[in-house]
This record gives sequence, C-alpha cells and structure tokens, in this order.
Amino acid sequence: MAFINLQNVTYKYPLTKTPVLQNINLQVNEGEFVAVIGPNGAGKSTLCYALAGFVPHFFKGEISGTIEVDGVESSKSTLDEWVLNVGLAFQNPFNQISGAKYTVFEEIAFGLENNGVPREEIRPRVEEAMKMTDISNLADRSPYSLSGGQQQRVALTSILVMKPKLLVLDEPTSQMDPIGTREVFGVVRRMAEGGMTVVMVEHKMEWIANFADRVIALKDGQILLEGKPNEVLTSDVLAENGFGISRYTSTAREAKKRGLWKKENLPVTLDEAVEGFKLG
Amino acid sequence: MKIEINNLRFTYPTGLEALRGISLTIEAGEQVAIVGQNGAGKTTLVRHFNGLLQPTVGSVLIGDWDTKKYSVAKLASRVGYVFQNPDEQLFSKDVGTEVRFGPRNLGYSKEKIDELVTRALALTELSNKTETNPYDLSPTWRKMVALASVIAMDTPIVIFDEPTTGQDAVNVARIAHVIAKLRREGKTVVTITHDIDFCAENFERVIALASGQVLLDGPAREILGQEEILAQTYVDPPQLTRLGKKLGFKETVRSQEEFLNSLKNSIDASQSK
Ligand SMILES: Nc1ncnc2c1ncn2[C@@H]1O[C@H](COP(=O)(O)OP(=O)(O)OP(=O)(O)O)[C@@H](O)[C@H]1O
Ligand SMILES: Nc1ncnc2c1ncn2[C@@H]1O[C@H](COP(=O)(O)OP(=O)(O)O)[C@@H](O)[C@H]1O
Ligand SMILES: [Mg+2]
Ligand SMILES: [Mg+2]
Repeated sequence: MAFINLQNVTYKYPLTKTPVLQNINLQVNEGEFVAVIGPNGAGKSTLCYALAGFVPHFFKGEISGTIEVDGVESSKSTLDEWVLNVGLAFQNPFNQISGAKYTVFEEIAFGLENNGVPREEIRPRVEEAMKMTDISNLADRSPYSLSGGQQQRVALTSILVMKPKLLVLDEPTSQMDPIGTREVFGVVRRMAEGGMTVVMVEHKMEWIANFADRVIALKDGQILLEGKPNEVLTSDVLAENGFGISRYTSTAREAKKRGLWKKENLPVTLDEAVEGFKLG
Repeated sequence: MKIEINNLRFTYPTGLEALRGISLTIEAGEQVAIVGQNGAGKTTLVRHFNGLLQPTVGSVLIGDWDTKKYSVAKLASRVGYVFQNPDEQLFSKDVGTEVRFGPRNLGYSKEKIDELVTRALALTELSNKTETNPYDLSPTWRKMVALASVIAMDTPIVIFDEPTTGQDAVNVARIAHVIAKLRREGKTVVTITHDIDFCAENFERVIALASGQVLLDGPAREILGQEEILAQTYVDPPQLTRLGKKLGFKETVRSQEEFLNSLKNSIDASQSK
C-alpha cells in the first residue's frame, strides 16, 4: 500500500472563493522522492500543508476527500500526533526560527529535546545533521545573526535532524547558493535511499531531473501532469502553462526547430544536453 | 547616480567581520549583479548603501553624499532597497497603502504619487490587489509588493536583494522587464542574485563576493565563464555557458541565441574539415 494516499482531496481556505486544491489523487511509495512544480498560486504550499497536517488542523476551511500517511488518516489524528511522523520546512525560512534558543546548535536540538530524546543521543544527531547541510561552523552563532541562506540551512537542518518518516520541503533552496542547492538535493536523495519519503516543492528543473524519482506538475489546484522527471519536464504543456523550464530544454526545443537537435527526447540536465548536442 | 565604496570594512556587534576591505565604483546608470556564496557579505554590503549599516572602517558615497553624514530617511530619497525578506519591509494593512507610503514620505505632489503608484502596481501585476492585506498573500507575492513599493519611490538608485527567489517564470520575466525599464530611465540598479541564468541574461557587469571581499568584478561574459574561480564562492556558471564549455566552444556563451550561433558555427566548421 502507498505510504501517502490522497483520495479526491478538495480544499478551500476560509477566505478563498474557489477551491485551492481540486480533486487531488496522489499515491507515493515509501522511500520515494517526489518533486512538485507549478506557477505561483498553483496550490503547492497548500498541498504541503495538507500533507503536514496544517490543513485541516490549523487552517480551517472546507475539505473533502481523504489524506492518509503511513496508514493513518489525517482527519482522525491530531496535529501533535501528526508532526511526530511528518516534518515540514516552510516556504519562508525566516519565520521558522523558534525564538527560544541562543545558539544554532540549541535551535537544532530543540525538537529532539521536546520529544524527550536522551541527552547523549542529541549531540551526535545534531552534529551529523549540521554536517549534511554544511553549517557545522555556525553551531555557536545566534540564530538571529545569520544571512538568508544560512537561516534557510538552519531551518532545514532542524527538520532533517528529527528524521521524520515523511519529509515535506516547500522550496527549501530558495535562498541558497548554487552549490548549496545541489548539495541539498543530494542530501534529500540520500535520505530517500535510506527509506524516508520526500515531497519537495522546487523550481530548479535541472536538479529535479538529476535527483527526483517523479514529478507532479500542479496548476490551479489540479495535477496537470505526473510522471518521470524527463517526461514531465520536457513536455510542451509546461512551457504553454507558465512553468519554469530548464535552459537546456528550451534551447534544445529551439535547436530542434532549426534542425540542430536530432534526438527524439529533449534534455533537462547538462549530461543529457551534452550527449544530444554532440550528435548534432 | 554613482555609488563609491572606499576600503569598506564592517564588523557586526557580535564581533564577526562580514566585509573585509571592499573598494568599488558603480557608475550612474550602471546595472550590476552581485553573486556569491551564502554568508559572503552581499546583503551586508548593500545595507550600507541606504545607511541601514554604517562602515566600521572606510566610506560609502551615494552621489556626493557620504552615508555617515545622512540619515536613513534622507538616503531613502536616493536609494530604494527591496529587502531579501519582504516581512522585514512590509508593515501596512493593505497593498495600496504600502505602495503609497514611500513616495508620500518623499514629499512628491499628489499627482506624481498617483502616477508612480499606478505604474508600480501595473508593472508588478498588483493593480487588482490594492485592498489585500500583504500578509494574506504568499511570500512570493509579498516580495512583489516589496518590489512595487520601492520602484514607486522613483529613486535614482534601486537595490534588489534576491528578487527572483521562488518566483515562477511569468514573474521572473516581469522582474526582468522592471529592471530593463529602470535601465532605460538611466537608474543605477544593483541586484543580488543566486539565479545565475537570470544574472547572465539581464546584467552586463557582475561582481562576485567571497568571504567579505571582491573575488571577481567585470563584464558578465568574462566573469561567468570562470568556472574554477567562481567555485570558490559556490557559484556555478550559467547553464548554457556550462554546456558551451562542455561542447568545446571557444567563446563563452550567455544566451540561447549565442549558444545556437556557436553551435551552428562549430557544426559548419566540423563539416568543412
Ligand atoms: N545581524 C547580524 N549579526 C551578526 N552577523 C551577521 C548578521 N547578519 C549577517 N551576519 C553574518 O555576516 C556574514 C555576511 O552575511 P550577509 O547576510 O551579508 O550574507 P549574504 O551574502 O547576503 O548571504 P545570503 O546569500 O545567504 O543572503 C555572514 O557570516 C552572516 O552570518
Ligand atoms: N492562508 C491562506 N488563506 C487564504 N488563501 C490562501 C492562503 N494561503 C494560500 N492561499 C491561496 O491559495 C492559493 C494557492 O496558494 P499556495 O498554496 O500558496 O500556492 P503556491 O505555493 O503554489 O504558490 C492562492 O490563490 C493563494 O492566494
Ligand atoms: Mg508556495
Ligand atoms: Mg543576503
């Protein structure tokens, strides 16, 4: 049975006139890494909230259909129970710092302490997580004296350290430098190999294609396309619907028109582009 | 209007030295992108332009004004700054009031304010959201509100701190359009960005910062091709530049047209052999 199972989920915030999610059906297996793409206002963050229990437990409004994670139905659970299994990195990392702690190290240890993890286990877990996101050097800094990208790394690390069964990331690399971005995708891939299920909203097509198992393209609250990264990310439908596309894809599409791209498939990654253009 | 930075050093109250000797001149009407790894000092640098931070050592001149001698309020007539985190910037109860605040504060006439506000809202596609509370918008749209409220001030210098983060293709194009418009109006624009493709396509001059110092500074074409040096500050060259290099093109390509031209040339060359 699928680890995430969304059946006919339709949701409307108290203030919105039309549903923000419409009839969403989505199954994700344990250990799968799914990327969600879509233009502004598509409902990506709302989908994250639905997976993380904030819809409907925090945001009220009208919901129908069922949201199931690891065999438990969201409406039959509470937010407190839900967050033990599901970690969410919010789209705006600046608001995620707890405000309760003096140092980055304490900030990242905060959730573990709250969950009653034994002291001797906390230190190695925090250190390991900080290594993954390359912030070991920030351990003793105040969480408030950080650059934007550093804050985003701290926010992400404080979720990773909890080792949730389901990791939901809403644009986790928006403030990060290019190499940091690639590293985060790599870390997430490794977590998924280790059995964690990951749903990640992202705009960076090249890295999605390199690392994710599957792509969901969302628009106006509906799933427009779904499938293998290369299939979805090179589809003409995306370009026509205001989705961002990799420069490799758009350039090869134009090259094809001019007879300079011979392959059937368009590229999304550097390697695919090099291979295809070499044939030219 | 020109920006002149002389041997600027800055140490935060925590003791951390974030800028370690920066000297730069940005000419009036120039459009400059600043790139570099997280924590390199990009935001710290631009916060000196409108007086939010004061040099520990050295000086910053905005036109003929030394920022040490002018208040933040005064500098706001010369430098508009769109914050990295829009939530630090926005405080009004609705979008319309937010966007009016800046130009009104600068004492423009009622007609001029109306015109500037209308134009800024149209450019950012916010005309139908004037009644909305910014906090009912998603972070991406709050950033567009922040952008609108700064361009409405019509300052000779405009600073954007990571304007495209999280924006979809349509809004990225809109932001590029705003920048092009400011260029035509002769404004000085400084944009911090991690989006290297956006940088390649919209800026002629690129400055790469690393650990509080200038690592590279020059024409985009030259700077963005230097893969090894850029890697020191965690920046990758643009996608098409990387691809061109891999395919063995001699010239550094920045745009789709340039790439396709070089591709055509290299195919023609290999066929004529
Ligand atoms: N308020 C503060 N107090 C103390 N140190 C700070 C403060 N803000 C930033 N710093 C530190 O100063 C250095 C430069 O930070 P800055 O915000 O300028 O980086 P940046 O280049 O804008 O990075 P990013 O790409 O992540 O936004 C970093 O080491 C950062 O941790
Ligand atoms: N808390 C909220 N209250 C009311 N409407 C909201 C709320 N959050 C988002 N929306 C609306 O729901 C729609 C989808 O938003 P969102 O899920 O944030 O999209 P995305 O993350 O794809 O940009 C948008 O029309 C947005 O304005
Ligand atoms: Mg969102
Ligand atoms: Mg910054």
